[in-house]
Amino acid sequence: MQKHKFSYSVLIFGYAFLYIPLITLIFYSFNASRQVTIWGGFSTKWYKALWQNETLLSAAWVSLKVATLSATLAVIIGVLASLVIVKFNKFKSKTFFNTLVAAPMLIPEVIIGLALLLLFVNLEKLFGWPKGGIQTITIAHATISIAYVTAIVTTRLSNVDPLFLEAAQDLGAHPIKAFFVITLPLIYPSIISGWLLSFVLSFDDVVVASFVSGPESSTLPMVIFSSIRFGLTPQVNALATLMISFVVIIIIGASILNDRQKKILTNLDETDETPTI
Amino acid sequence: MIFKNKTDWMLWGKRLVIFIPLAWLLLFVLFPFLNIFKISFSEPYPGMPPYASILTLLDDQVIQLRLTLENYTLIFTDAIYHYSLINSILVAGSATIICLFLGYPMAYYIARQEERRQTHFLLLVILPFWTSFLLRVYAWVGILSPKGLLNNFLINWGIISKPILFLNSNFGTLIGMVYCYLPFMILPLFSALAKFDVQLLEAAADLGARPVKTFLRVTLPLTKAGILSGCVMVFIPAMGEFVIPELLGGNKTLMLGKLIWIEFFSNRDWPVASAIAVIMLLAFIVPIIALQKRALR
Repeated sequence: MQKHKFSYSVLIFGYAFLYIPLITLIFYSFNASRQVTIWGGFSTKWYKALWQNETLLSAAWVSLKVATLSATLAVIIGVLASLVIVKFNKFKSKTFFNTLVAAPMLIPEVIIGLALLLLFVNLEKLFGWPKGGIQTITIAHATISIAYVTAIVTTRLSNVDPLFLEAAQDLGAHPIKAFFVITLPLIYPSIISGWLLSFVLSFDDVVVASFVSGPESSTLPMVIFSSIRFGLTPQVNALATLMISFVVIIIIGASILNDRQKKILTNLDETDETPTI
Repeated sequence: MIFKNKTDWMLWGKRLVIFIPLAWLLLFVLFPFLNIFKISFSEPYPGMPPYASILTLLDDQVIQLRLTLENYTLIFTDAIYHYSLINSILVAGSATIICLFLGYPMAYYIARQEERRQTHFLLLVILPFWTSFLLRVYAWVGILSPKGLLNNFLINWGIISKPILFLNSNFGTLIGMVYCYLPFMILPLFSALAKFDVQLLEAAADLGARPVKTFLRVTLPLTKAGILSGCVMVFIPAMGEFVIPELLGGNKTLMLGKLIWIEFFSNRDWPVASAIAVIMLLAFIVPIIALQKRALR
């Protein structure tokens, strides 16, 4: 590629810039020395230390619960929101609705965290609900994730040929049945990627969680954040390595799934006749 | 509820499909922002929550409305707020520009590949973005610290004799921001460049334009929308960023997002924190998004 020599070298530099920090993070997790930046021989002791770190483990459990719950909630509401955006042409306040859905994607986390905490404090004073903790973190994370789920599902939903639905309804399927039998199978990969993205966003968030969590519950990122503030520790490197491997596996899995779905959709587009079931 | 016929049933079903997301968005998106707007006009008050209610019932008939502009006057007169505003614009602005100059050639190269290669190159761009944000920032603490990898490297090669203080400075914050937000720049640039018709370049060359001129007169104007989206997607979150200036910028780097955090957690001044948030929303986020929407139209 003689033509794009300059852009090619920038690309290589960019990839080096993106990946060298991650590689050093992983490399030093196997360091025997307590000093994070000085190599003292190979060891897996920091991984063993992770398993004995009670605070970390219980925080990881909290994060896992919050991420699963909030991702599930976000997917349910996000799919409904996408249906409103794509299918309900007569809905009058659509621009208003679109803005509200997308807003959490663009507003800085610090502001979202502050605004939601102040809401929760007011609600708790008035109704005694919700108590700060897993509940409030879940609601906050779901609110942010709905924006992303809706964006992903809306794109997929508007690519689904409305003829499929019409055909099903002409054949006598109830709209709800048609949704579950026709629409859902066609959009489910976007739902899965939406769920995964929500899970990762929740599992990764430190700012919003710090605002809305009560004094009792801490998520994993909150624990990591406070330990980084007190100084570097190879245990965090070990944890980082585990989390990076986990994410890499999920992403590659999701992209394979997405590829497959693309193929199915293009196959459907290419067949001129009605698909035989 | 008794449904007389099928259409009745469907109407209520449709209403439910609208109602659930709308109710959630009103309660957890719209209402919280109206609420911080309200609190930004209230007085600080020792207690929990630490602000005075703006509406008080004096007796059965009279409701007292107490609004104060003090939080806003404080922000507009105190030097620390000016400093962090200017610093935020400076750091977020430089991060945006660096991301643009680094991201444009990357997106350009990726957009000129065949489709399969495009997907793989893009996956490589997105992958770090999916790994923990916090841990990516943490990785830079190890690289930039006085005894860190970068200083060790420069000292071993004899380029410097004493460690440079990369960490706890605007420089550290800037690197962290470019690192974390680069994918946000590349993706919109890529989609603009992928749509761009290569034949236009050939036409320009046939008519005798030099590559540099072609780039400035054809490619750049046609990818303006992508450039704008990319810049918005880097600049806005960078302005409100907390984690990066906290971990890489140290005490010296004050930015608006960090200031809200300090006002809230350290000073426990919720009204002032709300006022900063309101100013940020009204002065930056709303106009920038409106501008972008208009440009994209």
